Amino acid sequence: MNSAIRRLAVAAMILMLALMANSTYLQAFRSNEINGRNDNNRVRDSQFSVNRGPILIGNTPIAKSDPVNDRFKFQRTYPSGPVYAPVTGFYSYLYGRGGIELTMNSELNGSDPSMAFRRIIDVISNRPQQGGSVTLTLNAAAQQAAYNGLAGKIGAVVAIEPKTGKILAMASRPSYDPNLLAAHDSNKVGTAWKNLNAAKEKPMSNRAVQELYPPGSTFKLVTAAAALSSGKYTPDSKVNSPAELPLPQTTVPLVNEDGKNCGGSNSATLTVALRYSCNTAFGTVGMALGADALREQAAKFGFGARPLTELPAVATSQFPADPNEPQTAQSAIGQFDVQATPLQMAMVAAGIANKGEVMKPYLVQSVKTPDLKTVSETKPESLHQAVTPEVASQLTAMMLDVVNNGTGKPGQIKGVQVAGKTGTAQTSKDRPPFAWFTAFAPADDPKVAVAVLIESANIPRDDIAGGKLAAPIAKSVMEAVLGQ
Amino acid sequence: MSIASTSVIQIIPRTRRGVELLLLVIAIAVSVGAYVNIGITVQNSVPASTGYYAAGIGLLALIAHLVLRYRAPYADPVLLPCAVLLNGLGVAMIHRIDLGLAIVAEARGKMPKAAAASQQITWTAVGIVLFVVVILVVRDHRRLQAFTYTLGLGGLVLLVLPLVPGLGANVNGAPIWIRIGKMSFQPGEFAKVALVIFFAGYLVVKRDVLTLAGRRFLGLDLPRARDLGPILIAWLASLGVLVFESDLGSSLLFFGLFLFLLYVATERAGWLIIGGVLFVGGAYFAYMTFGHVHRRITDWLDPWAIDGGQIKLGLMGQAWGGVLGRGLGQGHPEATMYANSDMIISSFAEELGLTGLIAILLIFTLIIERGLRTALGCRDIFGKLVATGLAMSFALQVFVIVGGVTGLIPLTGLATPFMALGGTSLVANWAIIALLLRISDQARRPQTPAAPVSDETIAMAVQKQ
Repeated sequence: MNSAIRRLAVAAMILMLALMANSTYLQAFRSNEINGRNDNNRVRDSQFSVNRGPILIGNTPIAKSDPVNDRFKFQRTYPSGPVYAPVTGFYSYLYGRGGIELTMNSELNGSDPSMAFRRIIDVISNRPQQGGSVTLTLNAAAQQAAYNGLAGKIGAVVAIEPKTGKILAMASRPSYDPNLLAAHDSNKVGTAWKNLNAAKEKPMSNRAVQELYPPGSTFKLVTAAAALSSGKYTPDSKVNSPAELPLPQTTVPLVNEDGKNCGGSNSATLTVALRYSCNTAFGTVGMALGADALREQAAKFGFGARPLTELPAVATSQFPADPNEPQTAQSAIGQFDVQATPLQMAMVAAGIANKGEVMKPYLVQSVKTPDLKTVSETKPESLHQAVTPEVASQLTAMMLDVVNNGTGKPGQIKGVQVAGKTGTAQTSKDRPPFAWFTAFAPADDPKVAVAVLIESANIPRDDIAGGKLAAPIAKSVMEAVLGQ
Repeated sequence: MSIASTSVIQIIPRTRRGVELLLLVIAIAVSVGAYVNIGITVQNSVPASTGYYAAGIGLLALIAHLVLRYRAPYADPVLLPCAVLLNGLGVAMIHRIDLGLAIVAEARGKMPKAAAASQQITWTAVGIVLFVVVILVVRDHRRLQAFTYTLGLGGLVLLVLPLVPGLGANVNGAPIWIRIGKMSFQPGEFAKVALVIFFAGYLVVKRDVLTLAGRRFLGLDLPRARDLGPILIAWLASLGVLVFESDLGSSLLFFGLFLFLLYVATERAGWLIIGGVLFVGGAYFAYMTFGHVHRRITDWLDPWAIDGGQIKLGLMGQAWGGVLGRGLGQGHPEATMYANSDMIISSFAEELGLTGLIAILLIFTLIIERGLRTALGCRDIFGKLVATGLAMSFALQVFVIVGGVTGLIPLTGLATPFMALGGTSLVANWAIIALLLRISDQARRPQTPAAPVSDETIAMAVQKQ
C-alpha cells in the first residue's frame, strides 16, 4: 500500500511542478507579448498613471504630463498642440498612441531597458516610476513659420539641416489638437476621434512623411543630377527643348507648362532648362539616360528606402519599376508613377547642399532620464554620396539661377543666396495640381534645406504654381532658421 | 496486510510542538506584514484594522496550537502553520481587493460593497472552531470507520442538495450552492470529506476481493466485471455532478479521489487506466453534448477571443505581474472578475509575481506531501486511505483551480484551499487539516503495546470478514 501512496506522492509533485512550469512560461516568457496586447487595460491604466516624460524642443516642452486628481493621476498636455501634432502624435487611453509618443513610448514612460538602473533605484526608494524626456531636433521658429505658412492650405513642410540630417521643421495642415485625444473624458475623446477620422481633409495624416505625391518638376533635380553624373552632360550642354516633344509609342506629346519652347529656343542648356523648368528638355534627357540611371540616382538620394525610423507609417518614395520610353520621359519630370514625400524632396535639396552627401534624417536629438542624465544622443549618419561634390556645386549653381532668374524668384531672401527648384505636379484634370518648392540657403554654406508641398489652396487654379504658392513658405522657414 | 513489505517509518518520539509554535509566529508575521504593506501602499497608512486582524489571526492560531499541544501532541508540526499562512495571506489579499474595488466604485460614483475581508476573518474563526471541535471530538480517527455508510449517504445527500427546488442557488453559473435565509452554503465542500471517509471505509472491506480476483490482460491486472460496479457508480455520480450541477471541478475531484483510493487500496494500476479511460470518455461526451462544458473548453483553447473574459483578464494580470510582481497593493487585481474568489491565485501572481506564486504553490505542495507522509506512517489501512484521500483532495483541488487560472487546463469553479473568499470551503478545509493532524498524531505517536489498540485491530479483523 505504501508504494502506491509513494507513487501518488510523486504524481502530486508532478502536478505541482506542471503548475509551476506553466506559470513560469506565462509570467517569465509570455508576459511581454500579453502586456503588449491592445486590449490590455491593465497596462494602459498603469502607463496612464506613470509620470510620463516630456517631449522637448530645447528646454520647452511640446508634450508634458501634468498632475491631476483623477484615477490616472497625470494628464498629458500639448501646449501648442496642432503645430507639433504631426511629430508628437497623440497619447490616448482609448486609441493608443501616434508619432513620437508611439515610437519613443518606452523611453517616455521609463520602461526602456536603458533606464533599468534608474527604475531599480525608484523601486528600492519606493518612488513611483517616472519617464525620461525626449529632446527633438526641431527648431521652434522654423516650425512655427512652416505651420503659419500653411494656414488655409492643405500641405506640408519639411526643413533639414543639410550637414547633419537634423529635421528642423515638420509641419502638416490641416492639423489636429492632440489634447482632444489625451483627455480623460472618454465620451469627448470618442467624439473627437470619430470627427477627426471622418474629416475629408485627413487632419491626422502627417503629410510630410506619410503621404506620397508626384514630385513634379522638383524631380528634375534628380534627373539633372543623373545627367551631370553620367559625364555626358555639363550645365552648358544643349538639349532639345521644343514646345512639344513627340514621344515614341504614343500620340500624346510631352508639352511645356506654358506651351512654349524653352527660353525662346528649341535647344536650351541644362541650366536654362532648369531655370524655366522645361518639360521637353528633361524628358529628352531622361529618355537618353534611361530609366535605370534615373532610378539609381533617385535611390542615392533615398528613394526606395524608408527615410525615417522615428515616426510610424513613414512612406517610402518610389521611382517606377519598369517604365517604357514615354513613361521614362514622364518620370524624368516627376510625373507618371514617381512618388515622393516632402521629406524625400527635402533630402534631395539637402544632399545637393551638403556637397552631394545625403545625411540620414532624424528627429530625436537625445533621450534623458528624469534626473537629466543623457541616455542616448543621436549622431549624424551618412546615407549615400548621391553625387560628387563637383556635380553638387554645378547643381547648386543651376538652382541659384532658378531662384535668381527663373521660376523660383519668390523664394529670394535679401542678402542670402538661395538655391531652389519649383514644381507643379499634375494629377488629374478635375483636381488642382500640387505646388512644390524645394530649396536650401545660404548657397555657399547651407544651414537649411526645405521642401514645401501644397495639395490645394483657396486660390484660382491658374495661380497654383510652385513658385507663387510654395516658395514664400519655404522662404519664411529658411529665414526663421537663419535668424532673419 | 502488506505493511510488512513496505519500509518501516521511523517513529520520532519528539512532539515538535515548539517548532510548530515558531513556524506559527513566522506565518502570522508574514500575514500581518502583508496586511500592513497593503495598507501603506494603497492608503498611505498602516490600516486601523491591523490590530484586529493580527489579534484575530494570532489568537485563532494560538488556540489551534494549544489544542494540538494538549490533545494531539504528536501531530505533524508543519501542517497547521502552512494552513495559517495560506489563510492569513488569503485574508490580506481579499482586503487588498476590497480596497481596489472601493477605489473603482468611488471613481464611478457608487457605494463600495461591504468588506469581504472581515467576512473571511469571521469564517476563519468558524473554521478554527470546527478544527478544535474535530480534534477534541474525534479522539481516534478509526472510530469514523463505523460511520462509513452513514457518511457515504450523507455525502451523496450533500451532493444533490443544491438540486432540491427552493434550496439550491445558482451562483456564477453553477448551481452548486444552497441558500437558507441569508446564508449560502456550498455542500460539495463537505461532501468531499464525507465521501473520502466513505471511500476509505468501503475499500478497507472490499480491497481483498478487488485485489485478488480478475485476470491479467496485456500485462495489466484487470478486475472482474462484477467488481466494476462501484467504479461505474462513482463514475455515473461524478458525471451527474458534471451534467446537473455544471460543476466540472467537483466532478473531477470526486472521481479522481475515488480512483486514487482504489489504486492505493488495491495497488493495481489497472484501475487507474480503466478510470482514466472512463473519465476521458465521459468528459468527451460532456464536451460534445453540453453547452457549458463546451464553452469552458473553447474559452480555454482561445481565452483571447472573448472581450473581458475571466480567464483573459486573469492571464493579463499574471503577465503584468511578471517574475517579481507589481508589489502588494500596486497591481490591479480588482480588474479581474471574481478576483478574490475563483481568481485569487491570479491576484497573487499579479502582485507577488511568479516568485510569490511559486512560494504559495510550494506551501500547498508541503501540505500535500506532509499529508501523504502521514498516510505512509499511519498504522491502519483505514487511516492510510483517509489521509491519502484528504491529501490528494488538496492536490487535485489546487491543480484544477490553479491550472484553470493559469491556463494549463480548462477553468472550473473550485475554490483555492484556504485562500479563496468563501466560508464553506474555508471551514471544510480546516476540518480536513484537523483530520490529517488527528491521523498524524496517531501515526507519529510512539508505539506502546497498549491493549486497547490490539482490541481494535481484532475488531477490524472481525469486521473485514
